[in-house]
Amino acid sequence: MATTSIQVNETPLVLYLLRRADDALILGHRLSEWIGLGPILEEEMALGNIGLDLIGQARSLYAYAAEAEAAGNDEDTFAYLRDAPQYRNLLLAEQPNGDFGQTMVRQLFYSAFADPYWRAMTASGDATLAAVAAKSEKESAYHLRHSSEWVIRLGDGTQESHARVQEAVDVLWPYTGEMFECDAAERTLADGRTVIDPAPLRDAWDGTIGAVLSRATLTLPQNGWMQSGGRTGRHSEHLGHLLSTMQHVQRTYPGAAW
Amino acid sequence: MTPADAEALRLRALQAVKGVCDPEIPVLTIADLGVLRDVAIRDGRVEVTITPTYSGCPAMNMIQFEIEMALDRAGIGGGQVRTVLSPAWTTDWMTEDGRRKLREYGVSPPKPGGGRRELFGVEEVECPHCGSANTRVLSEFGSTSCKALWRCEDCREPFDYFKCH
Repeated sequence: MATTSIQVNETPLVLYLLRRADDALILGHRLSEWIGLGPILEEEMALGNIGLDLIGQARSLYAYAAEAEAAGNDEDTFAYLRDAPQYRNLLLAEQPNGDFGQTMVRQLFYSAFADPYWRAMTASGDATLAAVAAKSEKESAYHLRHSSEWVIRLGDGTQESHARVQEAVDVLWPYTGEMFECDAAERTLADGRTVIDPAPLRDAWDGTIGAVLSRATLTLPQNGWMQSGGRTGRHSEHLGHLLSTMQHVQRTYPGAAW
Repeated sequence: MTPADAEALRLRALQAVKGVCDPEIPVLTIADLGVLRDVAIRDGRVEVTITPTYSGCPAMNMIQFEIEMALDRAGIGGGQVRTVLSPAWTTDWMTEDGRRKLREYGVSPPKPGGGRRELFGVEEVECPHCGSANTRVLSEFGSTSCKALWRCEDCREPFDYFKCH
């Protein structure tokens, strides 16, 4: 493997696959950063397990992207040899872990989307995507339940935990709108029933988040302005730092294996 | 190869691979778990089809390795292992025998009906040691992707619960 970044021919399908794979890889990597730092042993295992599910989902999607692009790239080159502007993940996924509460709020926001998203995608006209979706929706349902329980416990906990988790909700809120976007490339695929338009999932997401925040005695932000750009490679500063750690070995020792 | 020869080879291969154990829960075979989906003969060669429990299950490479070894031990060469994602694995595929073996091993077997989708509420799980239903969850995630950690409030023993999926 070379050290220089690869070029990817982003047909609508390849671009779509990289977007979803990047969401799962970057969030999975963020969760793996908790290994050795978890607040309690059980949560350390939980964060590692959720990360493992997500990285497994990413691998299936990258493998399909490699097949669809048919240009010699594979799971590893997609993960290790693209720079930040070539990554297509949601800004939400790359946001730093913060404290445990912030990690759980980020997970709740993502899983409350991923759960209905992958369930709807099981009806995809593309057999490979439908198969990935059927596995991912089961895993996402479990992640959603776990993160909801923690957000409720922390929100309805002490004054300190309530204040911290409310701040996490407010900080991460502007990154939640991007999940429901559907650009021209994705529209083409949606028209062909390969993918679904995520916009109609907004009601389900609002319902889940509303129910959880209400039980958690937390306030739903009223700010309607949303940041975006991850899908086209305009990322926050955080992604570059994450990639410099994740890609370090392959960039320094090309093709290293064990 | 005549159809009769092919069927004999298929049965011999099935016999060889169905005893391969899950590396992380060695009391269960891949057949008990429902990970083994099919053994077929394609162009005169054995093709074994398996499916992962979870997307990121790290045991899949090891299971493939063990299947190749089992075929070799049975004197069957040139076998292929194929991994499929669809239909998605569910704990409902676990055999009755597998559930009994799990319980004897100290792991509470999964409830029928697959994974639940409700956001709130708790499951009722029986203690594999004393049979009591007075149990509570300690952690929704355990030592492998497919298990959660529970404790019995009657006999006070912690135990693994094989998550419904």
